[in-house]
Amino acid sequence: MASSNGKKAVMAVTGAVMVGFLVLHMLGNLKIFLGRESFNDYAHALRTLLEPIAPYRSVLTILEIILVVSVVLHMWAAISLARRAKQARPVKYVAKKSQAGGYATHIMRWGGLTIALYVVWHLLDLTFGVVNPKGFDSAPADRMIAGFDPSRWWVTLIYLVAVVLVGLHLRHGVWSAFQTLGWANRARYKALRATASLLSAVLVVGFLAPPLAITFGVVK
Amino acid sequence: MKFVEGPDIRDTKAPEGPIEERWEKRKFAAKLVNPANKRKLNVIVVGTGLAGGSAAATLGELGYNVKSFCYQDSPRRAHSIAAQGGINAAKNYRGDGDSIYRLFYDTVKGGDFRARESNVYRLAQVSVNIIDQAVAQGVPFAREYGGLLDTRSFGGAQVSRTFYARGQTGQQLLLGAYQALERQVAAGTVQMFTRHEMLDLIVADGRARGIIVRDMVTGEIERHVADAVVLATGGYGNVFFLSTNAKGCNTTAIWRAHERGAYFANPCYTQIHPTCIPVSGEYQSKLTLMSESLRNDGRVWVPLRKGDDRAPGDIPEDERDYYLERIYPAFGNLVPRDIASRAAKNVCDEGRGVGPGGLGVYLDFRDAINRLGRDAVEKKYGNLFEMYERITGENPYDVPMRIYPAVHYTMGGLWVDYDLQSTIPGLFVIGEANFSDHGANRLGASALMQGLADGYFVLPTTIGDYLAAGPFGEVDEEAVTEAEGKVRARIERLLSVNGNRTPDSFHRELGKLMWDYCGMERTEESLRKALERIPELRKEFWENVKVTGTAEELNQVLEKAGRVADFFDLAELMCLDALVRTESCGGHFRAESQDADGEALRDDEHFAHVSAWEYSPEGVPVLHKEPLEYEYVKMTQRSYK
Amino acid sequence: MNLTLKVWRQSGPTDAGRMVTYKVEDVSPDMSFLEMLDVLNERLIIEGDDPVAFDHDCREGICGMCGMVINGVAHGEQRATTTCQLHMRHFEDGATITIEPWRAAPFPVVKDLVVDRSAFDRIIQAGGFVSVPAGSAPDAHSVPVRKEDADSAFDAATCIGCGACVAACPNGSASLFTAAKITHLSLLPQGQPERLTRAKAMVDQMDAEGFGGCTNTGECTAVCPKGIPLDTIARMNSDYLQANKK
Repeated sequence: MASSNGKKAVMAVTGAVMVGFLVLHMLGNLKIFLGRESFNDYAHALRTLLEPIAPYRSVLTILEIILVVSVVLHMWAAISLARRAKQARPVKYVAKKSQAGGYATHIMRWGGLTIALYVVWHLLDLTFGVVNPKGFDSAPADRMIAGFDPSRWWVTLIYLVAVVLVGLHLRHGVWSAFQTLGWANRARYKALRATASLLSAVLVVGFLAPPLAITFGVVK
Repeated sequence: MKFVEGPDIRDTKAPEGPIEERWEKRKFAAKLVNPANKRKLNVIVVGTGLAGGSAAATLGELGYNVKSFCYQDSPRRAHSIAAQGGINAAKNYRGDGDSIYRLFYDTVKGGDFRARESNVYRLAQVSVNIIDQAVAQGVPFAREYGGLLDTRSFGGAQVSRTFYARGQTGQQLLLGAYQALERQVAAGTVQMFTRHEMLDLIVADGRARGIIVRDMVTGEIERHVADAVVLATGGYGNVFFLSTNAKGCNTTAIWRAHERGAYFANPCYTQIHPTCIPVSGEYQSKLTLMSESLRNDGRVWVPLRKGDDRAPGDIPEDERDYYLERIYPAFGNLVPRDIASRAAKNVCDEGRGVGPGGLGVYLDFRDAINRLGRDAVEKKYGNLFEMYERITGENPYDVPMRIYPAVHYTMGGLWVDYDLQSTIPGLFVIGEANFSDHGANRLGASALMQGLADGYFVLPTTIGDYLAAGPFGEVDEEAVTEAEGKVRARIERLLSVNGNRTPDSFHRELGKLMWDYCGMERTEESLRKALERIPELRKEFWENVKVTGTAEELNQVLEKAGRVADFFDLAELMCLDALVRTESCGGHFRAESQDADGEALRDDEHFAHVSAWEYSPEGVPVLHKEPLEYEYVKMTQRSYK
Repeated sequence: MNLTLKVWRQSGPTDAGRMVTYKVEDVSPDMSFLEMLDVLNERLIIEGDDPVAFDHDCREGICGMCGMVINGVAHGEQRATTTCQLHMRHFEDGATITIEPWRAAPFPVVKDLVVDRSAFDRIIQAGGFVSVPAGSAPDAHSVPVRKEDADSAFDAATCIGCGACVAACPNGSASLFTAAKITHLSLLPQGQPERLTRAKAMVDQMDAEGFGGCTNTGECTAVCPKGIPLDTIARMNSDYLQANKK
């Protein structure tokens, strides 16, 4: 795991965990279109998963721990690889021109950083309610709808930028994970890239739909 | 230039008896080195091409203590890497009538009866093992759908015995040898010295005991001693400045060895390759070969009429002269290299050449494309076509290629016996650097074969016979100091001239002179002129060369100047050798010696010998002759009609 | 053609180095890039200046010795071409051309445009071979190899070890070089016995040399003069991860 290839594998696996989370998270978000009740029920269900076999919120906590560990490992690997890259080229080029197309590949690092910062804000807003008008002791759906209230259009804007960045990050990240884990080859490249783009697009649309709907008053 | 004739020289190591048993006999007779002793024996190998790389790897594997040297930044750069076409081997995988004997026969005949039968037969025998060895190393030879190796027929052969890896056979074989070498470096049996140039040979008590090298990065002069020295430093075609050799190829190592007493054999035998991209301007720094395999499907022609400057596509069929097919109906476009080259020169001399300066002939794929389809042609030659287009800016699918002969390979080199040992005991010479197996002309796809045969199979056996008597003890300090002093003095001298001309400008002038007077066609007059001009130019060089920088740094001007200085001396010997050999044979064509059809005319009565030149510090070389006898292949005048 | 060159000059490993501007006149479009530099150097020598040091040897695109970053692109913008095979007809008259050495910590500058690439040799030493002593090989036809495998192995084996992949990689990674050799040998039956140990040893050596990690940007394969495909890296990763599982 200490080798550069090992770290890349860590990024790929942890990235996969996070993608899995994002897919579920997005599906959950979409419940808002079925009404506040439905959304709140979903949020509640998460906490009571596998009850009464498991105690209240235990499964969710385990999942959250896996997620946090993944985030930390993903960032650790990214930072140490970035540091390694910096050490590998101490003197910069006077002129440097990229030859590989793919805007997404070149924004992985600061894109990832921006997403990380956003996640902090996001948690403070909708999970802990610290920066949310409704505060922590409110129903999840209330926090969500209040959070993206038309008056708080800039929150929606931040969200939009972040989600688009996530999309770009994944467009490269998903196929890159396959490459890193050694499952890619010439014959599969096209399909893999298409899959990565499709997945990213679905996630972007899925995540943007609820806040935009709220901000523009479609969902109240 | 004066010379004197000395006593004949004989190859005392060649065993007698039936030719197919000689190598076995020699292997058995050669003394073995006790495995425990091998570690105590030091061997220096200079050069890391097919011969040197494979030799160093094999000697290391056998347990000797090896030091390997190359002037490039990595042993993988040696110019063997540029060989395109293929490697011959008498595998007879096609069942088309090939055999060791046939490969032997073809090589002796192709060499125009100026090679040793024993050596050539051994080469043909060993050729079979080379393919096995390379495949086991993972060399990705071309294969057929059944999974077996593909072969093709190549330059002058009527059987399909050439194994290949697209147009990059040399690269793949060299990388195989390089990987074997690096494996030994990792194992600690070989110590690798890159960016080190050999500048002199240490001879002590009559034995080759080491070399003086310059670390090309720091400029430090280093001494390395050993029990035997192997030179695998390639050919000297760059004496012509323009050749298909790499820019760094030079004669320094073998020339210094020659100055120390190793005889130089047949320096005038130069192979001019018929299919190279023509010169495009004064600034030209090297010539690029287009693989001879192109002649399998390309047709060579020039306009029938002198000065016909129409575009090739506008010249109708009946106004084209497919001169090789016309003159040599049996072999057509596949005649050996020397014949194809001279035929091109002749049609250009007639004023029928094409392209800038009229120095070019067409190599046309139109018919092949019509017959096989563009895809099939692309599959076979795609990378060569691309290379041609990159250099010339012309697309050979649409317009015929233009080609012209260029210096490619030097059959001459240091004289060696059957054991590949030179006239200095303990100095072994392998690959293109020696003179041994190709006679006066090398057949296509035989250079790779010889380099690897020498390095993997022949030298590792024969050197043991010499080393069995070792280790040879401390090296006489005086001999080492003398050699080192000589090297330092020479560098000092080059740096102190501080004249007005660059080393390259002298090299260009020398090269042009050699090409004009000692090139594809030589006459007594031209050679005498060259022998007059070379000393003058050399004098000017030593008075007027400009070398910038210092000796204690990476100094490419200094490197170049040192190499050019040696080329002058070699050039002189080449011209002398060409002058003395008044016959035509193989790559050496004397205009005075041709038959009624203008074909080369050998003079077996007077010249069925190797000319081995002994260096003389007074400038009067001594010629020793090694008579050549042909017991198996009857000497005949070559005919490819 | 008349050109302005901005060339990296660095007298030795400890010198800081700087860009120096030169004018070159009467350049023929048929010249190769290196021939254009030859012209400059001939002039510099006569003027008593130190000529620009650069590595080169075969000048036919196969030895892998030459290499410079031209206008920000390793080997210049012409695809699948080494510096020595790049011709001046691809440049505009009056153009300004920047020329820099490969830049990577494991490739320290020796002088001007000359860098030390011995790290590549050490990666090969770590395992880029099949262990087979001379004379011990079975008959070449004893093991048939699928043509497709032989062809793909060849594609990977065409790597010339020039280092452009490292020069172009934003991470300074040597993955394409290492993967090319691993793939070449991994695809052939002869390379199987050492397949996993080879992958592990070579990748670990690549790390030890100080090359960066791969982030799959594809910059390497875009500048590779031999077009070594990117999926060689996937194969390397696969072999490497398998080797670490054992």
